[in-house]
Amino acid sequence: MAAVQGGLVDTKDEVDVKTEPASDGFGNNTANDSRLLSAPPGSSTAVGNNKPAAGTPEEQQTLLAVLQFLKKNKLSESAEILRREAGLPEDALDLKGTDASGSGQGGAAGSVDTEGGNANALLSRVTVSASAGVQAPTKAVGEDQPDVSVVLSAYSQQGDPALYDVYYSSLKKFIESVLDCHRAELSQVFYPLFVHMYLELVYNNHESEAKAFYEKFSGDQECYYEDDLRVLSSLTKKEHMRGNETLLDFRTSKFVLRISRDSYQLLKRHLQERQNNQIWNIIQEHLYIDIFDGMPRSKSQIDAMSGSLAGEARREANKAKVYYGLLKEPEIELPLDDEDEEAENEEGKPKKKKPKKDNVGSKSKKQDPNAPSQTRIPLPELKDSDKLDKIMYMKEATKKIRLGPDLLPSICFYTFLNAYQGLTAVDFTDDSSLIAGGFADSTVRVWSVTPKKLRKVKTAADLNLIDKESDDVLERIMDEKTASESKILYGHSGPVYGISFSPDRNYLLSSSEDATIRLWSLQTFTCLVGYKGHNYPVWDTQFSPHGYYFVSGGHDRVARLWATDHYQPLRIFAGHLADITCTRFHPNSNYVATGSSDRTIRLWDVLTGNCVRIFTGHKGPIHAITFSPNGKFLASGATDGRVLLWDIGHGLMVGELKGHTDTIYSLRFSRDGEILASGSMDNTVRLWDAMKAFDDLETDDFTAATGHIHLQDNSQELLLGTYTSKSTPVVHLHFTRRNLLLAAGAYNP
Amino acid sequence: MADREERRFAEVSRDSVKLMAESSGVELGDDVAALLAEDVCYRLREAAQSSSQFMRHAKRRKLTVEDFNKALRWSNVEAISGYGSQDALPFRSVKEGELFFVEDRDINLIELALATNIPKGCAETMVRVNVAYLDGKGNIEPQGTVPTAVQSLSEDLLKYYQQITRAILGEDPHLMKVALQDIQSNSKIAALLPYFVYVISGVKSVSHDLEQLNRLLHMVKSLVQNPYLYLGSYVRSLVSSVMYCILEPLAASINPLNDHWTLRDYAALLLSHIFWTHGDLVSGLYHQILLSLQKVLSDPVRPLCSHYGAVVGLHALGWKAVERVLFPHLPAYWANLQAVLDDYSVSNAQVKADGHKVYGAILVAVERLLRMKALSLSQPADRPLSAQPGSVPGSVGYRVSSPGLSPPPEPLSEAALGIAIHLQAGGAGCHWEEWSPVPLPAMYSELYSFFGDSLAVRFSTGPGFGSYPPCVPSHFRDTRKEPLGHVSNPDTTRKMPQLTANLNISPRQDESPRTDPPPPSLAATGSGRSVARSSSVQRSRSSSSRLGQRSAGLSREVFPKARFTSPHAGPPVISFVIGGRQMGRRCQGRRPFQTTFALTPPLPAIPPRAYAHKLPVIGRVGKPVRRWTCSHYSLHLPL
Repeated sequence: MAAVQGGLVDTKDEVDVKTEPASDGFGNNTANDSRLLSAPPGSSTAVGNNKPAAGTPEEQQTLLAVLQFLKKNKLSESAEILRREAGLPEDALDLKGTDASGSGQGGAAGSVDTEGGNANALLSRVTVSASAGVQAPTKAVGEDQPDVSVVLSAYSQQGDPALYDVYYSSLKKFIESVLDCHRAELSQVFYPLFVHMYLELVYNNHESEAKAFYEKFSGDQECYYEDDLRVLSSLTKKEHMRGNETLLDFRTSKFVLRISRDSYQLLKRHLQERQNNQIWNIIQEHLYIDIFDGMPRSKSQIDAMSGSLAGEARREANKAKVYYGLLKEPEIELPLDDEDEEAENEEGKPKKKKPKKDNVGSKSKKQDPNAPSQTRIPLPELKDSDKLDKIMYMKEATKKIRLGPDLLPSICFYTFLNAYQGLTAVDFTDDSSLIAGGFADSTVRVWSVTPKKLRKVKTAADLNLIDKESDDVLERIMDEKTASESKILYGHSGPVYGISFSPDRNYLLSSSEDATIRLWSLQTFTCLVGYKGHNYPVWDTQFSPHGYYFVSGGHDRVARLWATDHYQPLRIFAGHLADITCTRFHPNSNYVATGSSDRTIRLWDVLTGNCVRIFTGHKGPIHAITFSPNGKFLASGATDGRVLLWDIGHGLMVGELKGHTDTIYSLRFSRDGEILASGSMDNTVRLWDAMKAFDDLETDDFTAATGHIHLQDNSQELLLGTYTSKSTPVVHLHFTRRNLLLAAGAYNP
Repeated sequence: MADREERRFAEVSRDSVKLMAESSGVELGDDVAALLAEDVCYRLREAAQSSSQFMRHAKRRKLTVEDFNKALRWSNVEAISGYGSQDALPFRSVKEGELFFVEDRDINLIELALATNIPKGCAETMVRVNVAYLDGKGNIEPQGTVPTAVQSLSEDLLKYYQQITRAILGEDPHLMKVALQDIQSNSKIAALLPYFVYVISGVKSVSHDLEQLNRLLHMVKSLVQNPYLYLGSYVRSLVSSVMYCILEPLAASINPLNDHWTLRDYAALLLSHIFWTHGDLVSGLYHQILLSLQKVLSDPVRPLCSHYGAVVGLHALGWKAVERVLFPHLPAYWANLQAVLDDYSVSNAQVKADGHKVYGAILVAVERLLRMKALSLSQPADRPLSAQPGSVPGSVGYRVSSPGLSPPPEPLSEAALGIAIHLQAGGAGCHWEEWSPVPLPAMYSELYSFFGDSLAVRFSTGPGFGSYPPCVPSHFRDTRKEPLGHVSNPDTTRKMPQLTANLNISPRQDESPRTDPPPPSLAATGSGRSVARSSSVQRSRSSSSRLGQRSAGLSREVFPKARFTSPHAGPPVISFVIGGRQMGRRCQGRRPFQTTFALTPPLPAIPPRAYAHKLPVIGRVGKPVRRWTCSHYSLHLPL
């Protein structure tokens, strides 16, 4: 079950971050990965420069490992390409092939184990090479360990198992006795320590001691780690440690703690006085302590930020500049609009024309200082039909209702009836004319919400007969006989977990358990492309707001960026420690946000492929993300029923909305961003005052610099309304262009 | 956090592993099996954990076999087929081997294939839209009536609601009184009615706490009496809460020291009150109540306190209810009761004491049945013919003073509570209903066979016409039998509060619900059998020819077994005198009840125990009179 492929990439990510934190080569690396993973011959989509021949020894090692993997899997062509691009000598491969321990590492790939798969071995090598690069001096283990166990070998250091209990208790006693201001900070150490000590015990076959240790101290841990603890408690044998994903996460990523310098000194002094090497070693090896100067944080501050699988984000992870501003709207001549308004509005022309021009002009002329340059990401040119649609959009926008706490939106509920096969995903087109549902029986169904029926384009033979010069050619190509209210799209071989309409309403994307993403034409209602690249179920996919690009994420822990006309991904965003559960594009298409069951949200730069933000604070897998229309903020909802609000520019949590009692599956800002709507499994839609939530912010420099937020608990003030359905979980929310709220879900009798 | 330590995983035992190995022909050693078992557990847990994410992404709450199979498939394990059914698979056990297995029935494929009833398949998946909330305001009622919507109340109401409930359920009796008074008279609490009803339905959760039950019942009373509230269908809910207090073997009754009897009596009174005042809001309520009471009564498994509740409930619903339900059921029930009462073993003491309670309650009920029945036979004549059945409540005042019923002003303290008015009003408007399966003499003789002298002692013939209220129209006396009070010593105040208490209740209880027609079946059977008795105004108006029959029906020997003497002279008259021989009062207590009615002293404040000492044995030999006195007394609680 191990998402080895994902794991592989994870580790690579770690490697890169460790070795070259500000590396620009990261993107290249991922580009390489993309080629590897999709393994097409002659991949040509790599962005960025080719990497100069693998520079550092550990990189070279990694590459060798990858090469070997490819060779084992008979992917000789890919191996060849990689070898050429990496600039490795021809014989390097052979060397690796014949003498598996050529790189000086323990694991002979040839002898790679009966179970666990080759990838595990690979993974271990990679990891080891990474840690060897960074921590070789401090660690003398693993050299003589055979193959798979290398990952785990860090645990092989022997201590008296009976003493673990004593060590932990004495540390506990110490932390309980320190000053209040330090206690909360130092208490963070408990959980990772507990986990690693437990794993050490298990690894060294002290099963009963491990159980006793767990019994004794598991109750002390914070309740939001409960899920992980449950996994941990089921793990009592060394043999079981091999394939366990959670375990790999713990081992391959350092648990990050943020502790003030004073507190850290206190802890260090204590451990040194006591000669408590066992604990000190663990802290050194498995924990990353991010020390900051200044006041220690309070318990509530810590609790707000912790909860993720691997601790908090490092401060420097959120330092990169993010261009969160919106792109300039293309200038469109509005001949139609003019006529229309003239017809509607009989008043004098000069009066009306001026303000409109100003409107359009002011929007487009002033470049938002936080916006990326227009061409940072190459975007498709607007077609005539797109321009028409934009005009429609603007006209609609003028009729938009200005929402606020006093004027709440009306809600229309689209209920799926007789959905015995299980509704798993819903999407609306932006103009709210179509609704599509993904179902557990592998089908995708599309309904027309307007009286206009869905029609297919005529067959090629029939199309030949059409007078192509006629004005209504677009109407003529449609086959009236096929008109119906709904269409069913068959093609997937597993439940459809994510669907997304293209902005121009010509295409529909669907991602499925069968590890593919399919692109469907809404003209012919047939499948156009099946994108294969993910190796495990694809949980979510979304089109970019400008079309052409789309992003997907799944169980293999990587998100991929695709373009509709490429059958392999353009970027691979790797770094999450667990499944990617939801993916969203930033309104300016330059960034992608992914939510994961490792309880973090990451923001990725589409251009470089780098992770530019890591948001921690959720206590459960994240199932909904949405950007605010102005691009500045992000809202996320998780299984814990909480909505968290994030300031993208500063990389800070800025709000917490409590109220839902079950998983939040959908979030949406109103068109102007005044209202945030959240829909949940608990059969409710809740509306929140987003304006107030963001207005109340005081992002002074200090907070911005340290990232220490202090949230006030004002969920009740921000909650504008709770709206219940009878027995229908809210799966999707959508604001129409006039700010009517549409909700959708399957009636669940 | 504590419960996390409690959590244990399901485990596959070593024996199961061994058995499975055996079934596939492999012998396993103990240690191997143990290791395997542990590994199996781990793998199962792992698979379960990974399958849960398929559930989450399918946006379901229920883990399906399909989810589990997906998890297996993705970890390169063969999926398990054949368990995809929607229905739960029943496990059967084999005793000898302590084995559990899934029942796997043979399916007759031929039959299936040739079946003619081909299932239609499911309806097409579709999307329907409705405007759920307009401008953020709901245009549909929230689904549940109660607590979820509390916040939709205005703030003031919410505060009021909280204060009131806190006051009523709180410690301070004064506050409670004020709160009760308020919900009884407040005209603006209609919106809160569902919440109050919900609170009251909480009786089920506080059945251990008599005090709380009592408070909730008081709340019912106040709501019922609030003239501004339209209870609508909430009556049903209120009635069910009250019935709960009457009939259920409350947790509080485990301790014999708890006086749950009083609670039941009070609830019964309340029931009748709700019923008489609001019975018209829910059709068929009367019949339903009777049915459920009857069910309890005929269920020998129920504890005696439930039976007691059923009896007092019937009693409170009126003598007709007693006649319809209790009386026909008495022979069967009597045997059970007798067995309890005749068991003198020590272990039976408590049960026996309860049995006496029931005995007392039955006695009181049938006694009034007899009395009222006899009274009713004479009544119709007394009443002006113009009295319309189901006439508007406005006529109540008029009826109160209707002749022969009671002396005009009610001196009792209950009158102030308003309920007594209903008692009288009910009495006046009651007798149109036709139902009399057993003629009075037969009934009396049957009852006498059960109760013996303890029944008979209350009835006797009076010597003359003595002190019957003067307002009785004299012309009726010529043609009808009339209840005539005779008191040898009219000026003496009676000391039998229990009887007067009955009288307070009885007249109105004879009335059928305001607009609730009697169940047709009952009416039909009734009219067939009873010719002798009818007090129906309807009837007297519609079919006057039967009047003659009626008058002839009751001859002198009404109570053959009782020590009746025929009236001395004049027209045939049966006069009832509630004897209630008072020990210590030197047998001078033979008075017609009508007169004593007026003279009843206000409710004694003496606790039942005090009475018990004063009242020596009545009736059944060896029966401690205290039992029924107590129960009787408790019937008397004012609302």
